[in-house]
Amino acid sequence: MFFQKDIETMSRKQLEELQLERLKWTVDYCYKNVPFYTKKLDEAGVTADKIKSLDDIRYIPPTTKADLRDNYPFGLFAKPMKEIVRLHASSGTTGKPTVVGYTKHDLDLWSDCMARLCTAAGATSDDIVQISFGYGMFTGALGLHYGLEKIGATVIPNSSGNTEKALMYMRDFGTTVLVATPSYALYMCETAKSLEYPMSDYKLRLGLLGSEGCTPEMRTQIENGWGLFATDNYGMSELIGPGVSGECQERCGLHFNEDYFLPEIVDPETLEARDEGEYGELLVTTLTKEGIPLLRYRTRDITKLNYEPCKCGRTHARMEKVQGRSDDMLKIRGVNIFPSQIESVLIGMDQVSPHYQLVVRREGFADTLEVQVELVDSSLLDSYGKIQELQKNIAKRIQTVLGIQCKISIVEHGTIERFVGKAKRVVDLRKENK
Amino acid sequence: MTPVKQISVFVENKHGKLSSIARHLADNGVSIRALCMADTTDFGIFRLIVSDYEAAEKALKAAGVTCSVTEVLVVEIEDTPGAFADAMSLLADNSISLEYVYAFLTPEVGKAYIIIRVEDNAAAAKVLSDGGIKIVSQDEIKANA
Repeated sequence: MFFQKDIETMSRKQLEELQLERLKWTVDYCYKNVPFYTKKLDEAGVTADKIKSLDDIRYIPPTTKADLRDNYPFGLFAKPMKEIVRLHASSGTTGKPTVVGYTKHDLDLWSDCMARLCTAAGATSDDIVQISFGYGMFTGALGLHYGLEKIGATVIPNSSGNTEKALMYMRDFGTTVLVATPSYALYMCETAKSLEYPMSDYKLRLGLLGSEGCTPEMRTQIENGWGLFATDNYGMSELIGPGVSGECQERCGLHFNEDYFLPEIVDPETLEARDEGEYGELLVTTLTKEGIPLLRYRTRDITKLNYEPCKCGRTHARMEKVQGRSDDMLKIRGVNIFPSQIESVLIGMDQVSPHYQLVVRREGFADTLEVQVELVDSSLLDSYGKIQELQKNIAKRIQTVLGIQCKISIVEHGTIERFVGKAKRVVDLRKENK
Repeated sequence: MTPVKQISVFVENKHGKLSSIARHLADNGVSIRALCMADTTDFGIFRLIVSDYEAAEKALKAAGVTCSVTEVLVVEIEDTPGAFADAMSLLADNSISLEYVYAFLTPEVGKAYIIIRVEDNAAAAKVLSDGGIKIVSQDEIKANA
């Protein structure tokens, strides 16, 4: 099923022509409407005329999250407030939030993007969809909301929190599609199982998961727990919100909405282009956005792109699931570590829950990693030996995957925080000691 | 042979953990007959023989505490020097290894109860009762509470 088949199955040549035309437009538009870009492009000596091919994008200096923050709140807006119809803001866990503004045109392209991805995942106008992302300033909920309404699905804007009530709606309204973060989808499932209602009271068939990473193991756990088919989608508020890319039912990569967003994969240190199929940091240039156009935005997400057309018929490039963030990447004793690698080890083990916390410390001159996991298998309480064996086993598996030693701390079930929004898995105490 | 149910509770090495577990039991009218807890740096396993293990398990699970019920052997010996040594000799002489052991006294009857965790409860019970040592049942634990 397609939402906009002609665009989604366009030939690579046509798509690249469209991208080039739109890239030139965006460079010119940024130059004329955003003083930050006028200065930046002048300094780099780049004008729209200098862009002769998509490769010429390399002459354009990248934009970072710090640029958005430095220009808080509206400094990067290319349109007067009169034409801005919506504001969203990022959570701003470090310093000021980043604020984004949308024109009517932007909201329309956003809902097109979402409608395409939801359709590709298998949602239809027959579905009843419960949105369990937090509404408010976060883009996730409203992004899915408008896209799903556009395809004619019935939307329940339930938001996050009050899980038992959300489960009641699910049972009583016959919800067929769940929109949630993977960790919240899993938490909802744990809660559902603890209630007196049988799982057959729930009619979920599809999960549209997003806003945080999800390992294949965690997805299997969500699918088995709920008896649904789950797809992943990707985006960020700076670019538009969710809707930048998403999986079709083939689930072999996330289709990038390439007519609206131009992706590049570069070396995170040198910013030089990586070869096709190589991992690197994803840079994205918006191609038609009016409110906040962004040139080569550094997503900090590590992934790779596949330009081969998909079995589903879509020709837009497929992005691999994000492997980690170039700034979330932990460097412990010189080894690059992504929390997702540890998650994949834990999810394969029945004795512990999939919730975990990583604590990094500096002791003397060496970094240490502590992995806190919750014990769920109470049969191990029979002897200290069994629990110590579990600790050793987890440490060994993590060492096999990461190549470093770590300390495993077993904590009580239910004591590691469950995240409704993005999970914060890492506590890095090294920064405090500097 | 009648094994007695023992509650094992996972306890993180954190301030106030043990008191909150004990409080859950008290609030549900559960009386503790015997307990044992060794210290490790991160966590401990708190083992308990209680008046009503079903009520104890229910109360702890309702409070979200990770716990399990295992069967242990409880035997009654005289509260006199040498009685414990005799019981342990019986097990040692028959090559029965102990995983852990702890004890409590019953001043009202002048006896001592030893709680024994072994791999094979039935084999240990036979050796001990053949040696003239009385095996204590779940009902007796409850009755003495």
